[in-house]
Amino acid sequence: MSALATDQINVILATDCGSTTTKAILIEKVEGHYRQTYRGEAPTTVEEPAADVTVGVSNAVAEIAELSGRQLLDEQGHIIRPARGNTGCDIYISTSSAGGGLQMLVAGVVREMTAASAKRAALGAGAIVMDTLASNDKRKPYEQIQRIRELRPDMILLSGGTDGGTQKHVVQLAELIAPAKPQPRFGERYRMPVIFAGNKEAWPLVREAFDEGVELSQTENVRPTLDSENLSPARDKIHDLFLEHVMAHAPGYDKLISWTNAPIMPTPGAVGNILRTIAEREGINAVGVDIGGATTDVFSVFDGVFNRTVSANLGMSYSISNVCAEATMENILRWVHIDMDERDLRNRVKNKMIRPTTIPQTLEALIFEQAVAREALRLAYLQHKEFATTLKGIQQQRTVGDLFLQDTGGRSIVDNMKLNLLVASGGVLSHAPRMEQTAAMLIDAFEPEGFTTLAKDSIFMMPHLGVLAQVHPRAALEVFERDCLIYLGTCIASAGLQKPGKEAFRYRITGDLHADGTMHAGEIRLFPLKREQQAMVRIEPVRRLDCGAGKGRPIEQQVRGGTVGLILDARGRPLCVGGSGGAKRDQVSAWVKALRLYDME
Amino acid sequence: MAHAYTPGLKVSEQTTLHVRRLLPIAGTVHVRQGDIVTAQDVVAEAMIPGDIHPLNLANQIGVSSAEINNCMLVQPGEVVRIGMELARSKGIFGFFKKTYVSGIAGTLESVSKITGQIILRGDPIPVQVRAYVPGTILQVLPEQGVVIESTVSLVQGIFGIGNEQYGPIRIVCQSCDQPLTADLITEEMRGAVLIGGARMTHGAVRRAIEVGASAIVSGGIDDQDLKEILGYDLGVAITGTENVGITLIITEGFGDIGMAARTHALFCSRAGAMASVNGATQIRAGVMRPEIIIPTTAKTGNGEVFQEGAFEGLLEPGTLVRIIRDPYFGFIGTVASLPAEPRMLESGSKARVLEVDVTGHPRLTIPRANVEIIAG
Repeated sequence: MSALATDQINVILATDCGSTTTKAILIEKVEGHYRQTYRGEAPTTVEEPAADVTVGVSNAVAEIAELSGRQLLDEQGHIIRPARGNTGCDIYISTSSAGGGLQMLVAGVVREMTAASAKRAALGAGAIVMDTLASNDKRKPYEQIQRIRELRPDMILLSGGTDGGTQKHVVQLAELIAPAKPQPRFGERYRMPVIFAGNKEAWPLVREAFDEGVELSQTENVRPTLDSENLSPARDKIHDLFLEHVMAHAPGYDKLISWTNAPIMPTPGAVGNILRTIAEREGINAVGVDIGGATTDVFSVFDGVFNRTVSANLGMSYSISNVCAEATMENILRWVHIDMDERDLRNRVKNKMIRPTTIPQTLEALIFEQAVAREALRLAYLQHKEFATTLKGIQQQRTVGDLFLQDTGGRSIVDNMKLNLLVASGGVLSHAPRMEQTAAMLIDAFEPEGFTTLAKDSIFMMPHLGVLAQVHPRAALEVFERDCLIYLGTCIASAGLQKPGKEAFRYRITGDLHADGTMHAGEIRLFPLKREQQAMVRIEPVRRLDCGAGKGRPIEQQVRGGTVGLILDARGRPLCVGGSGGAKRDQVSAWVKALRLYDME
Repeated sequence: MAHAYTPGLKVSEQTTLHVRRLLPIAGTVHVRQGDIVTAQDVVAEAMIPGDIHPLNLANQIGVSSAEINNCMLVQPGEVVRIGMELARSKGIFGFFKKTYVSGIAGTLESVSKITGQIILRGDPIPVQVRAYVPGTILQVLPEQGVVIESTVSLVQGIFGIGNEQYGPIRIVCQSCDQPLTADLITEEMRGAVLIGGARMTHGAVRRAIEVGASAIVSGGIDDQDLKEILGYDLGVAITGTENVGITLIITEGFGDIGMAARTHALFCSRAGAMASVNGATQIRAGVMRPEIIIPTTAKTGNGEVFQEGAFEGLLEPGTLVRIIRDPYFGFIGTVASLPAEPRMLESGSKARVLEVDVTGHPRLTIPRANVEIIAG
């Protein structure tokens, strides 16, 4: 930690070492407020020939120094601290996902209970979960062992049993993992860290099952009782071991660790951290999404409960072909309003897969990529909703009112009607030529209901701010609000279905924008409302539709504008692109026109 | 900026290649530095610990977990053969004893008094690494493998499926834009590396498998054909372990696309020569492209040494490039200029571009991300 008190910190340097690019930002106190002032980037250098992550960090920092005129590196290439005049910075922090990030194997006794809790802990810490083993995962023991041997995780999290509960099953799992001798990614001298976060009474027996070949440690049970989860100790332990073992074996990280003023965090863990901080501070429910070339991360905070999922193989370049296979071409093409040849598209998708760095040159190619993005996001969010559930296995008190309710626990806690803020990041969303396209992709894929603010991460700064929030929360929050988020506007959507063309809701807008009228089912409309503007919106839905106050009940709320504006969406939820052939295309064309998505002849 | 770096694929008539041949775990290297090896020679070998077979022996003989140690007839570390008695229960007053006979050979690794489970480890599995390319052992990496140096003609493809294969080069399509169809493949092509021109059809692949060809190399393939050959839709480009009976390599991309004339001409000049091919492709971290390696008789290459993997080349006026995205996908031309300022594309995005001269077309403006260097 920096020896400086937080109020003495005026200049902050932060980097995020990604798989391909190292991104650096400079945060400075300007007129009493923390602002992000400069940014620089350089290729990540964990691979040969440099094989030292700090080379890429120095290059990215050098770019900032050049742009800002502030000398940040000394003659040896070290970061100068503390800041004096136009030299150096007060603290330096970093996140990392280089070399494929943190890859983990998790295990628990019951797949839906302790194994699910272990998976939530690993994902929350920013890991990629390679596989989840459980006594009831329908695989035979030798198949489980075979799987452990095939994988090369960085770390294993073993849970199982509530405190005072089963010991035999969790020991049985340990007895499968131990002889399988899982091979780590980083050479033979690396001792695989295994964290035990299960029934504390089983710890001596688990310890007996493993030999010296692994680095075994214990932390509090992730599921001490059936109706409670305790994920923080396991997450903290994962972060500690990530630094001590995984990072220490990656090229140049020992040097990077010595440079930073706070522990290096896995990039997704840091993104989750800032989203959680914002949701807690504002008292809101938020969803964040980061769509990359290979994977899509979804983060959510609902009623204070944080969840994160990684949809491996749902991405826009390396795994674009998998998106098409999972979503089907028919579902992708429902978002397209112009003629396209399916065979040609299939070949184009494969060509993007094998040449992932190419970009759409024609409008047609852009329209198609954005259609694929809608489906990738929709599938990733679906997976997130299925994963972010209330705890399973809890005994429930039922009343007569619940007689016809088939709910058995494990209900998704993701509720689009309760969602207040939806934040987008990742190439296809951040670099869309028009912000309206980003907003449309978010609305079509996530289907927000009621009143939802839409925003995008301007330059993928959330990882930097996530780690900064641990050192200097005020600076992190100020930069998040002022520079990180670009507000696109607000979407107001009715939930439920109404016959196409029939009245859906009436609206009355006052404040910086004045308008009133009626929205009909199937319609979407865009109103100009700038970032600094606000408006009071009153919505009166028809009997079968809900805009946040209940079916048929009017609702009035203050909304904020943005670079896109205010969007009223009466297309209904769940969103159906109805009709077939020409009718469907006409419908999508009308939406494209209403949101001014593309310039078409 | 008058130049930039961009990825490319190697097409070289003569180069010095360094091939790393490594074991998955520590083992024994059978060759020494300076040794001459053929493609099929085994250069290193290791024994992977055998498969593990867990078995709840306490349940099998009807005793509690705590009693299992007293019933064991074999102790941890001892060798177990098929048919050997592993454990026997004490029975009741010496009667009704239950015995468990092993159906697996190996070594008894552990016995758990908590769960009653035993772990039997099967016999070690040998793994051999062959030289793959004929040449000279340049370096021995103790217990890991070797680096082989060879002077070769080298062509990197853009995508492939299937593993390492060997065979003589056989030219099937006489021009680079002739599709490779089933009627062109004959019985005497057994064991050969078939060189096509444009798209290889599904029928041609089926016929090549029938006659027992080692591999097909052609310009393109249709996605639907690949799906039918594999039996599933490929989601991510990590390949090399497919077992379809042949190795397939495309040099340009998916769709109706002809092989670059220069690549086709190189294959024609090496017709009849023995080649080592590998369809393994990995587009994510640690990029791996499929390859066709044809050893030459020359003692040295052109002075340049090529390490396997992808490479970056300098993009500057005069560089030969291939356009790798629609609307000009597959066009080959030379870089005319590299404007410094980003330009607005038809899609509405701003990107850094380059201007390319393509024969028979007006000068084209293309995003820099959408070209790759054709390297010699």
